[in-house]
Parts: sequence; structure tokens; C-alpha cells
Amino acid sequence: MADFAPAAPLDRFILRGSPPFAVAVPTHPLHSLSLGGASALWLGPDEWLLLAPEGEGAALAAQVARTETPHALFDVSHRQLGFVLSGEDAATLLNGAVPLDLSPEAFPVGMCTRTLFEKAEIVLWRTAASAWHIDVARSFAEYFQELLAVIAQADGIALA
Amino acid sequence: MLLIHCPYCGMARPEIEFRHAGHAHIARPADPAAATDEEWAAYLYWRDNPKGLIAERWRHVHGCGRFFNAVRHTVTDKLLATYPAGAPRPEIDLP
Repeated sequence: MADFAPAAPLDRFILRGSPPFAVAVPTHPLHSLSLGGASALWLGPDEWLLLAPEGEGAALAAQVARTETPHALFDVSHRQLGFVLSGEDAATLLNGAVPLDLSPEAFPVGMCTRTLFEKAEIVLWRTAASAWHIDVARSFAEYFQELLAVIAQADGIALA
Repeated sequence: MLLIHCPYCGMARPEIEFRHAGHAHIARPADPAAATDEEWAAYLYWRDNPKGLIAERWRHVHGCGRFFNAVRHTVTDKLLATYPAGAPRPEIDLP
């Protein structure tokens, strides 16, 4: 049993540079950090994905702009679509196409990474013990949803 | 599937997240105008093809996106060490 739904609309930014910035970002690999309503996800040693509820991105960008060291901030809000997958079988479903160990020991709550969902590049983020946020490029969103349905059918998991 | 340890992510990750990017530790001549044709050709084209250990560049393209170096055994295809770009090639003793 797993629930699958589009995530609430988000404003997204890619932040590149060397910390510290005017907003806090996680410096430990594959970790995420909550910034009030927004979140910062570690994607690489000099790359972060900032997620904010729709409409709050401008304030976040203004805060990042107060950084005095060289950095780059890209608005990628409409490049990706977010999905939320939850339920006890969510990890099993994801493992139908994600070649990572998604057990709680190997992929604890709060861990995030860019990886592959079969052929689609995704950002995978464990937001709770059995809840996942997945960001996928718009052009791959249909592929992602259809493949997830195929995996659910093959594994006999009800996908609501 | 091979598991490759990414020195930036700090964990072993599946091979399909990575791309091979050629020979490692090839330095561009500091003054290209002063380099002889032989030196320039060596920089551009001449590569080793050893039966044994070779240092290669790899990129964690579907992960952290960073280039790093790896020492691979060309017979067994085992990656014996991975290390950040810029670090010296580690000494590895084969049994």
C-alpha cells in the first residue's frame, strides 16, 4: 500500500558556491536542513537545492542575495515537478527503479541525493520514515509516473 | 553492477550513476607555445594501455556531479581506490 500524489507547488533554486551563505545550508554530504518553511538539500560539495512553498521563493532569494562572497543562484522552479510517495511499501516501490539501499539504516530520514529512477534523473529525499519527496524534470514526469504504476502492478502493491 | 565509492558523497554508489572520463593526471604543458610538437602530441593523444593498474577520471554525473580519480585494475575491472581530484595517486600494492 502506497500513496502517490503531486507535491504542493514549490519555488526551487539551485545555489552554487562555497559556504557560508546568508542562509544556512547543510555541509555534510547527502544531508538536508530545514529553513523555517523552506528546505536546503545537499546535492554536491558546491551545489544545493533550495525548496520553498510557492510564493515564498522571492523572500528566500533576497536573503541569499545578502551573501557577500561569490555565489550563483538559479531559479529552477519550473524545471522540475515534485511528487510525494508515502506508505509502508514506498521504499519497495522506489527500489523497483532506484539502485540504492533505501533501508532506514542506509538512507535515514532527512537524507537526500540526486540519483537515477531507471532512466530519469531524480532528487530523492526521505522526509519521514515512510514518506519520500521526489523531484523529477518535467519532461520525465510522465515517464516517472507511468513506470511507477508499472512497478506497483508488477509487485502487486496498491498505488493510490 | 559495480559499486563505486564516491569520495565526495562518502558512500558506495551504483555504477550507472557514473561516467568514465579518460586518463587521470595528465597535465597541460604550462606554456603551450613553447611546447614541442612531441610534447603537445603526448598531452593530446598518447595514453597508456596497461594490463594492470590505471588511474582514471570518473564523474558522479547522476549524483553529486563531481569529477574524481580512481585506480582501476584493467583485468579484474575492480576499482581499488577513489580519491578527490587534485590528490596524488595512492600507492597500491597488488598481492
